[in-house]
Amino acid sequence: MAYLEFLAEFGSRFLDGSLITVAQFLLSAALAIAIALGFGLLKLARHWVVRGVATLYIELFRGTSLLVQLYWIFFVLPLFGLTLEKFTAGFLAVGMNLGAYGAELVRGAVRSVPKGQWEAAYALSMSPARRMWRIILPQALVIMLPGWGNLLIELLKATALVSLISVTDLMFEAKQVNSTTFLSIQAFGTALVIYYVFARFLLTPAMRRLELSMARRIGKA
Amino acid sequence: MFDWRWDFAWEILPRLIVATGNTLIAAGAGYLIAIVLGLVLALAQRTPLRSLSWIVREFVEFIRSTPLVLQIFFVFYVGPQFGVRLDPWTAGMIAIGLHYSAYLSEVYRGGFEAVPKGQWEACTSLSMSMRQTYVRVIIPQALPPSVAGMGNYLVGIFKDTPMLSVIGVAELMHAANAIGSENYRFLEPFTLVGIIFLAISLPSAGLIKLFESWVRRRIGID
Repeated sequence: MAYLEFLAEFGSRFLDGSLITVAQFLLSAALAIAIALGFGLLKLARHWVVRGVATLYIELFRGTSLLVQLYWIFFVLPLFGLTLEKFTAGFLAVGMNLGAYGAELVRGAVRSVPKGQWEAAYALSMSPARRMWRIILPQALVIMLPGWGNLLIELLKATALVSLISVTDLMFEAKQVNSTTFLSIQAFGTALVIYYVFARFLLTPAMRRLELSMARRIGKA
Repeated sequence: MFDWRWDFAWEILPRLIVATGNTLIAAGAGYLIAIVLGLVLALAQRTPLRSLSWIVREFVEFIRSTPLVLQIFFVFYVGPQFGVRLDPWTAGMIAIGLHYSAYLSEVYRGGFEAVPKGQWEACTSLSMSMRQTYVRVIIPQALPPSVAGMGNYLVGIFKDTPMLSVIGVAELMHAANAIGSENYRFLEPFTLVGIIFLAISLPSAGLIKLFESWVRRRIGID
């Protein structure tokens, strides 16, 4: 079968799958960013118990694999009375996992904001919350954005694992098409190319643009 | 506590430990492939042949920006379409080795770029051949700084091995899945798998950090 015919017949399934992948990506990215910010800042807290909680979370999620976490959330949590739908379980696992990696980015970036900035905010008698929000975080954001560019690509790739708990994402559709047609190159190849285009021609340029505009806004470019 | 059964946990532990051995073998073999292939990919990007280095560069980008689990399926299922039947282990090792070779080639690339220009000029002035220049001067200087950045990927490859279970490689996740569906109990196997992963990856991440800082000090980066 010519490739065009293949696309004509199965194109809509790849499109449906891609939309689910995009939804998984957006939801898990939002979750990862929130978790990264929360635990990254907690890890800088003064009290050792607070720092300990953050460290525990980060090491727990970075030390085991995403697939293990995904299966645990989907198959084991119901035993504790918490049954999640597969779609929810999918983006929760991906977001929580990548959030742990993001927390380290946030922590590193906040710590590398020059000390003078902290002192200046203190001298202007800003409250700690205001200092963090208005002075430190905007500068930390510029420092960590390149790291986030890489992390979001890892996150996009990680969403492919949700197909293993039967979320009907791009990966899942590719598998389905493969098992009905046995046209493996076409089925998996098409999915590979879609992931590649998404990562390389949408995500990467968008992050570059964001990096530039943020740097400009704090006067660094 | 929450219906956790210690007797069941003890009963399945030996089976999981055997599977852990397979996981470690898979991670080790995949890493070896990645180390060698990564160097090839890094060198291929440095050839004066513009078109070749461009193709390799795009290939590396492609591998790095698509999901490993999809690559595993691709390698496993595409072979039979051309009459080449790969067993799960071979397909898995090819896929995971290839995936990580793309990452390692970036590490090597950094190492090559860090070799001072004077070294190249010295080789030219001694009229060394290209081969001699690389083998005797450049690679020995480019590799040690790379070693200091390679450890993370060893832990990374270890944590990615559960994906091999999707094509039936009998590693840890595969064993846990099998135990779970034989006994209709997923709590103990999946929790133990998580604990085993933690117990291996946390200490080895620490050891690798120590080793890397030792290498750095040895070659005088820090």
